[in-house]
Amino acid sequence: MKKKKNSFWEFFTSVKLALFCFFTLAIASIAGTIIPQKEAPAFYIGKYGEATAEVFRLLNIPDMYNSWWFISILGLFSINLIICSIDRLPTVWKLVTMDNLDTKVNRLEKMTPRIRFATKQPKQEVVLQVEETLKGTGWKPSQRENETGTLLFAQKTPWVRFGVYIVHLSILVIFAGAIIGTFFGSKGSVMLREKSQVPFFYKFGSSERVPLGFDIRCDDFSLTHYDTGAPKEFRSELTIIDKGQEVLKKSIVVNDPLDYKGYTFYQSSYQAYEDYWVTIQDQKTGARKTFAANPGVELKWEQAGITFGIVNLLQPDRWGRYRLKIWFSDGKGEPSIFWLDGENPVSVERPDGVYAFESEQVFATGLQVAKDPGVWPVYIGCLLMLLGLVVAFFLSHKRLWVYIYEEGDRTRILVAGSSNKNKVGFENKFNILVEKLENNETLQLSKG
Amino acid sequence: MDSSKLLGITTFIYLFSTLIYMMMFIFRFKKVGLLATVVTIIGALTHTAGIGMRWLESYQMGIGHAPLSNMYESLVFFSWSIVVLYLIIEFVYKNKIIGAFAIPFAFASMAYASLSPEFSNRITPLVPALQSNWLIAHVFTCFIGYAAFAVSCGTGIMYLIKMRDKGDLPNSLLASLPSLKTIDDITHKIILFGFIWLSGGIISGAVWANSAWGTYWSWDPKETWSLITWFIYASALHARFTRGWGGKRIAWIAIIGFLAVVFTYYGVNFLLSGLHSYGAA
Repeated sequence: MKKKKNSFWEFFTSVKLALFCFFTLAIASIAGTIIPQKEAPAFYIGKYGEATAEVFRLLNIPDMYNSWWFISILGLFSINLIICSIDRLPTVWKLVTMDNLDTKVNRLEKMTPRIRFATKQPKQEVVLQVEETLKGTGWKPSQRENETGTLLFAQKTPWVRFGVYIVHLSILVIFAGAIIGTFFGSKGSVMLREKSQVPFFYKFGSSERVPLGFDIRCDDFSLTHYDTGAPKEFRSELTIIDKGQEVLKKSIVVNDPLDYKGYTFYQSSYQAYEDYWVTIQDQKTGARKTFAANPGVELKWEQAGITFGIVNLLQPDRWGRYRLKIWFSDGKGEPSIFWLDGENPVSVERPDGVYAFESEQVFATGLQVAKDPGVWPVYIGCLLMLLGLVVAFFLSHKRLWVYIYEEGDRTRILVAGSSNKNKVGFENKFNILVEKLENNETLQLSKG
Repeated sequence: MDSSKLLGITTFIYLFSTLIYMMMFIFRFKKVGLLATVVTIIGALTHTAGIGMRWLESYQMGIGHAPLSNMYESLVFFSWSIVVLYLIIEFVYKNKIIGAFAIPFAFASMAYASLSPEFSNRITPLVPALQSNWLIAHVFTCFIGYAAFAVSCGTGIMYLIKMRDKGDLPNSLLASLPSLKTIDDITHKIILFGFIWLSGGIISGAVWANSAWGTYWSWDPKETWSLITWFIYASALHARFTRGWGGKRIAWIAIIGFLAVVFTYYGVNFLLSGLHSYGAA
């Protein structure tokens, strides 16, 4: 294949363009870390003045990483990657698949490392011995007779020459994943009060409602603290309700989300309410009911003939500890007034029975919701990149030729090798082989 | 013996080790070479014990976690990575002069961690966002990379110093340095090594972010700066592979790249706000 070397093609194959992309992306990114992103227009006017803010607006600086020009540079970078890989790949392909047994002797004579030997042994015997020695040092030689002698060739890991293209490909795979995510994914959040459920979430940026196709319910949210008062754990008990059925229950914490039908629900924040869950159980009948009680509001449980309310309250401290003063009447005798100490249960004795009280602060859990079908391509791309980098940096394509021919009454041997990387390491391997040949008693080699 | 005492002793050992390596270099005092290595190994062992002890202590306090959770702990680990990496390089290249350019970074990091009033060396519990197995993977990969770039910055400086050697004074200070070709080769190899770990660090961070927040990349200043650093080293590698850049230019890139690393690691926490704020504690 002979390609046209026009200037357009050359522009896209050049490393200069790659360096230009690296440079502009880096400079733009620096600007993006200094100028706060995604703030309201008023913020920029206040901070930078009206004229600068207008320039920012025109150039999409407030949302720079999603601006047309930033995306364009990324696009240019991708085209550069693709074209320069296409441009160089045929040469590399040739190097990997070439017939090395066809290598001319005069090329071997220019290689480093190389060494010459001579022996009085017949050529057939020498070929056999050399072949054995090569096999004994981990090389798998093939051979071919030509007009003047026999050429043996062995190579190791020729495919490592593709390493750098694996890295380039990995970047494109990651970009593809990002594009898939942009077009087929959606991200948002929802605040869910305990014991309530929703069939949607709010999309980031637009606060548009996105239907989930199922319901998600928060059964409970709990917040625990370290002794220092620092938060230890945010935990939400979630239930998925699909077509009226409870299909999945999971307790999620930060770093351990819930997955269902392509959506992932992450614990991201919470909100505390003014009211408290108060659960009353009639120990005689076993009847039990939970109320959302607001301080100062009287509540009734008609069937049990109960009236109660929170008459006083000690607000939660930084460990979340609170106290509730409960006023309670079951219509028989004097009403009871007592304290509920946080979530500890309290048993209340009445003339006509015993009631158990429990309370809990009411919370809403803040869930981040994400659907991103592009994540797997991105992960595969990342894996490819690491693999490609290791191959490209640390593995080398090693080649070894041994040319054996007759000259007068002697058999001559030319050993030559080449490696595309780590020449020092290759020379050590080469010397080990040479030593083995020299120590071969049947060969009886002499230098020269 | 508690961890802070061990780490305090480590700082002094590194100071001592820095001085011996410097002496070797400046006064061409070749005989102390073995001593320098032995002292550094003792330092590294004390350091390892200190980190291990701190890990153990956190479990005894009931808030067990790997000691990689704040600025103090990361500086200690940064220093540890530099020393271990340097010792490997010394062993592979059989050259001790590099120590005079690498160990000072390890000492500086330890000294800064222990002396700076901004960072507390108290063991604190992990906030919910950091409670993940990715913490170890992410910090480990990043800091091996950072340590490699610190050492390559050292060899880059070494290269620039060696360049002033005209070769006319065989017993001079500069003549004791390895040849320009060797330094260049070492710098390049360490950058390759660091680049893989930096890539691994960025990737492990992305995977972690996705499992904690549902977004693998959010252009947070720390992420962005790590990418800028990645671009700088990627440019250096491309310039070398395709245009044969080497020597002075690569030495300068090793230095500039490390400045970007320092900004990514340290500057971002204090100058720019973002998701990585726990690093500033």
